[in-house]
Amino acid sequence: MSAIDPDRAERYPIRRRPFVAGLLAGDDGVLVVTGLGAPAWDATAAGDRDRTFPLWGAMGGAVAMGLGLALARPRDRVLVLTGDGELLMGLGSLSTVGYHRPANLAVVVLDNERYGETGAQPTHTARYTDLAGVAAACGWPCTGTARTPDEAAALAAGLWAQEGPRFWVVKVAAADEPLVMPPRDGAHLKERFRRALLGEP
Amino acid sequence: MLEPADTDPADTGAVEPVWVSPTWRALLAAGVRTVASVPDAGLAALIRRAEATADVTAVPLSTEEEGVALLAGAWLGGSPGVLLMQSSGVGNCINLLSLARTCRFPLLMVVTMRGQYGERNPWQVPMGSTAAEVLRASGVLVFDVQDEADVAPTVEAAAAMVFSGAGMAAVLIGQRVIGAKAFAAAGR
Repeated sequence: MSAIDPDRAERYPIRRRPFVAGLLAGDDGVLVVTGLGAPAWDATAAGDRDRTFPLWGAMGGAVAMGLGLALARPRDRVLVLTGDGELLMGLGSLSTVGYHRPANLAVVVLDNERYGETGAQPTHTARYTDLAGVAAACGWPCTGTARTPDEAAALAAGLWAQEGPRFWVVKVAAADEPLVMPPRDGAHLKERFRRALLGEP
Repeated sequence: MLEPADTDPADTGAVEPVWVSPTWRALLAAGVRTVASVPDAGLAALIRRAEATADVTAVPLSTEEEGVALLAGAWLGGSPGVLLMQSSGVGNCINLLSLARTCRFPLLMVVTMRGQYGERNPWQVPMGSTAAEVLRASGVLVFDVQDEADVAPTVEAAAAMVFSGAGMAAVLIGQRVIGAKAFAAAGR
């Protein structure tokens, strides 16, 4: 097997911030759960909103949380926006989604092949792990990996037209972005989400 | 004493443990509509009830900590839930309990105990002997049930507390109630 360039992710052409901003722009109805770290900062940079639940911890739990929300709200669209390191800690949840196959769920992994919050150590996707391949093997009907800005733009435009649940890896540049943090009081995040969605805390 | 639940699978038509029906009614009355589980022989009948109930979403998990996150998501969507698991699953949940604790999500758990009384698999003993302590240390209210007549009222009481804002609670159904696994023919 040929050696993999450990710096390849630094040259990926997709930038995470404009991609996430485009994905969320104007979509007031979508319910969003973000994994901890950079995906939470990306979503917040696109605009702090009540119907987004950004995790500050619970690493590995984002997909399962999105699944619970999707099953509870079958008429709403649920987007889990997370990172490669976060998802790797909860890979089993991809098989749990594959078992239930909620059509209203989308998972988008912002894959910079790094643990960005802890010193940019490589994750397993920096070598041979193919997360979209894992999801496909777990029975997700629509999976893929976006590597170019054109593919990312097509994904952002067409995500909800695909058969769900759908799972996309977006290979994003390994680069630091400014911290844009959501509120960190979890009870507040929970109550504002429920108030916006259900009208009660 | 009940027959060991392992020798009592659904397709034999064997009798359901007496605590199951009132416990299921208590869960429904508490508003539970999402049932997340990793199976245990002692929970099999309860899981079948969940799967057979039209308005309830039964969610088999690949590991117990998924259930903590999944029920948090279900609560965000307005669906109260319960997490069913055996004692070994408690250890898997610990870090994810931080989600329920920090955000004050209601979290109701029903745990069937292994490794506690007459256990013939020594690998079950560590979590069987520490589950209650570990849960308490994580901020969970623990209800220890050693009599089958107490299961349903205890689940009802725990659910009432959880869904009125008390946070996390676990009802531990003792191995004296469930029965020790027989390890008969299959040698599992």
